[in-house]
Amino acid sequence: MKDQIIRILTELRPEFDFTQEGMNFIEEGMLDSFDIVNLVNDLDSTFGISIDGVDILPENFATVDSIEQLLKKNGAK
Amino acid sequence: MDFSFKHKRISGILTILPKKAVKFEDEMTNYSFSPAKCMKLKLAMGYNEHRIAEPGQCSSDFCKFGLQYLFDNNLLNKDEIDALLFVSQSADYYMPPTSNLIHGHFGLKQDCLCLDINQGCAGFELGLIQAFLLLEQPAVKKVILMNADVLSPKVSDQDRNSKPLIGDAAAITIVEKGEEENPIYANIKMDGTGAMVLNIPAGGFRMPSTPETAVMEQDAAGNFRSKNNLVMQGDDVFNFVQREVPPMIEHLYVQSGVDRNEVDWYMFHQPNKFMLHKLADKLGIPHEKMPANIVENFGNASGVTVPTCISYNLGDQLVNGKMRLCMAGFGVGLTWSSIMMEMGSLQFNKIIEF
Repeated sequence: MKDQIIRILTELRPEFDFTQEGMNFIEEGMLDSFDIVNLVNDLDSTFGISIDGVDILPENFATVDSIEQLLKKNGAK
Repeated sequence: MDFSFKHKRISGILTILPKKAVKFEDEMTNYSFSPAKCMKLKLAMGYNEHRIAEPGQCSSDFCKFGLQYLFDNNLLNKDEIDALLFVSQSADYYMPPTSNLIHGHFGLKQDCLCLDINQGCAGFELGLIQAFLLLEQPAVKKVILMNADVLSPKVSDQDRNSKPLIGDAAAITIVEKGEEENPIYANIKMDGTGAMVLNIPAGGFRMPSTPETAVMEQDAAGNFRSKNNLVMQGDDVFNFVQREVPPMIEHLYVQSGVDRNEVDWYMFHQPNKFMLHKLADKLGIPHEKMPANIVENFGNASGVTVPTCISYNLGDQLVNGKMRLCMAGFGVGLTWSSIMMEMGSLQFNKIIEF
């Protein structure tokens, strides 16, 4: 799942390296609110889910781990 | 707060749109995004083109044009109007009320209640609730609800949060007493602690417009706007809608005794496609039952989006038949409201251009 997340993030913002440890994508300015909208659309279609709107908060998209947790919470396998 | 009404009906809806249509592609060079990112934004949000009033056109002009159309086509009789409600955030003047100006323009009878209501995205639902309440009075038999907003002049051209979605429009809804019981269920909630999430900082008595308030400033996301411009904290609005609207609709099912599958159409306020699809998913409603094509074709004109959605997507189906609608509005205030009712056998349900 992590590899798929990194691939989607890289397609969205190819100028950044999303594999670096300890990066906070929001604080580092790697993802803005419109990136998150596109990311949600991509994650929804890739994993066949619909991420709950109440979970679309910046902190849930700050790291690969937080995105993975979000996906699992919303039924991704 | 819950409401219920009987023996009230909507007998006609007329949406009035500006003729001028502006394409998203023609404006995207104003935004601090690459062309590729702009196109992704367009797809995700459902932006395409929006209708914009010509300079000098006010909300009241659209209402007057629509009312004149109804008078000319014998769809409304001046003498039958017992109340004139003007729901808008773009009044002609601080004083007098715009509804009184419209009343005077047409020389309506003196036994007519004129009322301006400052409300935005939930303005159709709030206006309907007000109309239904007025119709409880024996003296009030027909209420004219005017939802109208021309806010595009208040939105910065360099604000990609708001500019691509803003639209100007008006809608006139005829609300009257009905012989059939036609039970109507409505609710409305407010949270004034979030009032400034959507606001225009300058131009009122608190901060009058001055040369200083017209200075353009850049925000953290790269948008440029002045204090005279509309500002929307998009993330806060999104989170508010996703948090509050689904429980409101779940409550409306219980309140009305109507199962979600018994609703023919979900006519919701139209902020953008992404937000509406998320609401539909959360509520377990098929996307095709909740049209999300108004921002794409006309823009978001605050409280006018729900009647526009009804006119555009249902048109003569509501003239020739009857359907159960669940309507919802949510936004400035913060305000969120929903109504469950059957609607049909309308005298008219259409869009005209001004």
